[in-house]
Amino acid sequence: MELQNQVELEQTVEPGQDIILEMVNITKEFPGVKALDNVNIQVREKEIHALCGENGAGKSTLMKVLSGIHPFGSYDGEIYYQGKLCRFKNIKDSERIGIVIIHQELALVPYLSIAENMFLGNEQANVGVIDWDATYKKASEYMAMVGLHENPRTLIKDIGVGKQQLVEIAKALAKNVKLLILDEPTSSLNESDAKNLLDLLLRLKEQGISSILISHKLNEISYCADKITVIRDGKSIETLVKEEDISEERIIKGMVGREMTNRYPAREHNIGEIGMEIRNWTVYHPLYSERKVVDNVSLNVRKGEVVGIAGLIGAGRTELCMSVFGRAYGVGISGELFIDGKKVVLRDIPQAIKAGLAYITEDRKGDGLVISDTIKHNITMSRPEFISNHGVIDKDLETQYAKDLRVQLGIKTPSVEQLVGNLSGGNQQKVLVAKSIFAKPDILMMDEPTRGVDVGAKYEIYEIINDLVAQGKSVLMVSSELPEILGMCDRIYVMNEGHMVAELENKGVTQEMIMGYIMQDSKGDIGV
Amino acid sequence: MKKKKLFSGNAREMTMLVALVVIIALFFLLTKGNILKPMNIANLINQNAYVVILAIGMLLCILTGGNIDLSVGSTVAFVGACAAIFIIEWGWNVYLSIGLCLLIGILLGMWQGFWIAYMNIPPFITTLSGMLVFRGATLMILKGGETIGPFPKAYQSLSTGFLMPNTKIELFGQSLNLLAVIVGIAIVVIFCAMQLINNQTRKRKGYETDTPLALVIKMVAISAIILFLFYKLACFKGIPTVLVILGVLLLVYNFFTQKTVRGRHLYAIGGNMKAAQLSGVKTKQMMFFAYTNMSFIAAIAGLVFAARLNSASPVAGQSFEMDAIASCFIGGASAYGGTGTITGALVGALIMGVLNNGMSLMGLSQNLQQVVKGLVLLMAVAMDVISKQNVFANLRAKRAKTAVVQKA
Repeated sequence: MELQNQVELEQTVEPGQDIILEMVNITKEFPGVKALDNVNIQVREKEIHALCGENGAGKSTLMKVLSGIHPFGSYDGEIYYQGKLCRFKNIKDSERIGIVIIHQELALVPYLSIAENMFLGNEQANVGVIDWDATYKKASEYMAMVGLHENPRTLIKDIGVGKQQLVEIAKALAKNVKLLILDEPTSSLNESDAKNLLDLLLRLKEQGISSILISHKLNEISYCADKITVIRDGKSIETLVKEEDISEERIIKGMVGREMTNRYPAREHNIGEIGMEIRNWTVYHPLYSERKVVDNVSLNVRKGEVVGIAGLIGAGRTELCMSVFGRAYGVGISGELFIDGKKVVLRDIPQAIKAGLAYITEDRKGDGLVISDTIKHNITMSRPEFISNHGVIDKDLETQYAKDLRVQLGIKTPSVEQLVGNLSGGNQQKVLVAKSIFAKPDILMMDEPTRGVDVGAKYEIYEIINDLVAQGKSVLMVSSELPEILGMCDRIYVMNEGHMVAELENKGVTQEMIMGYIMQDSKGDIGV
Repeated sequence: MKKKKLFSGNAREMTMLVALVVIIALFFLLTKGNILKPMNIANLINQNAYVVILAIGMLLCILTGGNIDLSVGSTVAFVGACAAIFIIEWGWNVYLSIGLCLLIGILLGMWQGFWIAYMNIPPFITTLSGMLVFRGATLMILKGGETIGPFPKAYQSLSTGFLMPNTKIELFGQSLNLLAVIVGIAIVVIFCAMQLINNQTRKRKGYETDTPLALVIKMVAISAIILFLFYKLACFKGIPTVLVILGVLLLVYNFFTQKTVRGRHLYAIGGNMKAAQLSGVKTKQMMFFAYTNMSFIAAIAGLVFAARLNSASPVAGQSFEMDAIASCFIGGASAYGGTGTITGALVGALIMGVLNNGMSLMGLSQNLQQVVKGLVLLMAVAMDVISKQNVFANLRAKRAKTAVVQKA
């Protein structure tokens, strides 16, 4: 892989020998749960230290202990930073000495400017009066350090997620960070933005800033990490050192406690007639109605086939799926949609659901599930007519359906009465899939179906997808993870800036080939 | 066969139910039993009927996402004024006028629902406007603020009347109202029969059933409450007319929120508007419905309240919206929407009503009552929030830890 080759080249840098951080025998209990059990971790200066583990293994809890979100006294064990014992009462205490945490959900205020966000809580002020000149000047300096070329007065809402992530790091630099903690920093970034971010971490390392990187993406970890501590069930299992034994298979083995020979379950390919076809589909942006988000796209999915759409974030993949799904996105939609060879017009979402379409959103908490409600209510939400008679719900029947789906999809919970908010990310994703399966769709459009899900649960979701196509359903999968696209799909489309730039039969296709199509078009060349 | 847990349901609702019982017991002691005298129970019902009615409608609005309706007090006044004009000034038929007033309520609701659902004006703003507009309109049709009354007997009985108050029987050496006795027993029989039938159906279909113990406890407890209530009513003049209106509304809306697809959609919208939309829920339609329904409910409350005052007053219904909102929140509704039940709102309204009534019986001032009600609202919600955050658990852990550190 390309990424790994570069790793070898940058091997020349010798990590500093001084230990900047040591956490000894950290134990943290929540009522009824031991979230951390004697965890040990050592981070040296000039080191990128990755923290791996399945969802719920305790990575985030450990980082909350380190940054003072779980204050001293609420956990057992000791934290030494630059050789001194630390007792953080809150996050300010840890920031003061240079430990800064960047959360998965970015903590930026959309309607404030980049500079204002960067110095939020750390304002450049004299006796409470803000010095705007100093603010903008310093902001520009830090932005240059992270390679962000924007006007510091630009509002956060007007820049992309990739750039927002850079603002977060610049914000940390403004606080004189020595140890940067990043919780899944690339989960919402596309491949090129993600690589950009990792390269920045490597550059910062040269300047003496250590990082702790929590990530599910193993290729990123092997790309930039010097050491990897694997956490499983609240215990630190092992620390892997780069030169010796970092490989994706090795990390996965540590995380799941077993060798995982194949990350993508095999399936029999039994491809039938065309299930859904889109011809000349064009969609305009809902706010800037002169902007084409999807431009003259045609594609088809056969029965029993998994078709992937690769592309960068913002390429129009989500927008394409949602606009097909009963015009859930966009204005001025034109083009033709055929289901089972018949032309259909779907004016709203209820019509799309009735026509046998399902759309599984990429944002399960934001758009997909009612977190405050039970598993069973979520599952039955889109087709209540299946469990009701003249609008009156048969609750017992509903429970029965939900239980069947729980078993079928392996949702790990004692009861379907459980609130969705209490489940782990992987199980929430399964509830989301269960919800769409309950609607008995023929065509499933799955948008990033394994985002933020650990390796074990990913495999289970792939198995569910295989089951669905084995039943003759069509699956259209949007994914930003190229290995997933290559591992799962029969056919691959590549989209770029609203255009369909390639259609590839998945035989001998490599990640580099797909990346090539993506990059080619954005350089102005004509694609396919 | 699978068994359900002995008790399930919203923890805050259970807590508030216990709180209600404690409050009643407290006032029972403080007022030397006066609070549970037959006449006072009838009074309690008549005094608080309008709050419970409004709380029902308010709950639906709150479910859609913590949205409230500030205009209900003004709607109450406006509809009461309309009723007075139709019946007293113009001498129209009482029942025709009632129908017309309900229609006016629906129209007011459609007006607000239109702006909220289809024009995306925040409910707070829309109903704040409604509050001013409808109050002003009330003053206008009452010709600058006259009070119009009294209403004919047929109309008054809406709120102050009793069903067949004069048919008495002698039982246990007491003179009891026949109808109240019969209805009380009938309700208990029907309730128990339905519980048993439901359980049998579940068993037959292989679903989870209540344990026999839970079933018996549930039936005995609820039957006891119903029988007690109707016994007290029978000792006085029987069943208040307004209790019938209230009972029907509670049953219908409880069924609607718990058992119907539309009801379920309300919860989904409040829980996650976007997810509801992507699941095919017609969110705008449901918002429109919630607010139209609120004003319809407010119109019913307006009619009941005007009958109770026996006049239409320009200041009628002031701050009713606040009582209704408070009832919902005390009864377990979330300020962000998506959770809450009709029974919870009923319990919330009863807590406020009993507090009012008990303190009045003790001769405490109106001012103090306001203070107490306000604090009860805060405490009820705070208790819930705190228990969710596990603040106390964390504090305890911290204290234990410091103790250990000090020892070491």
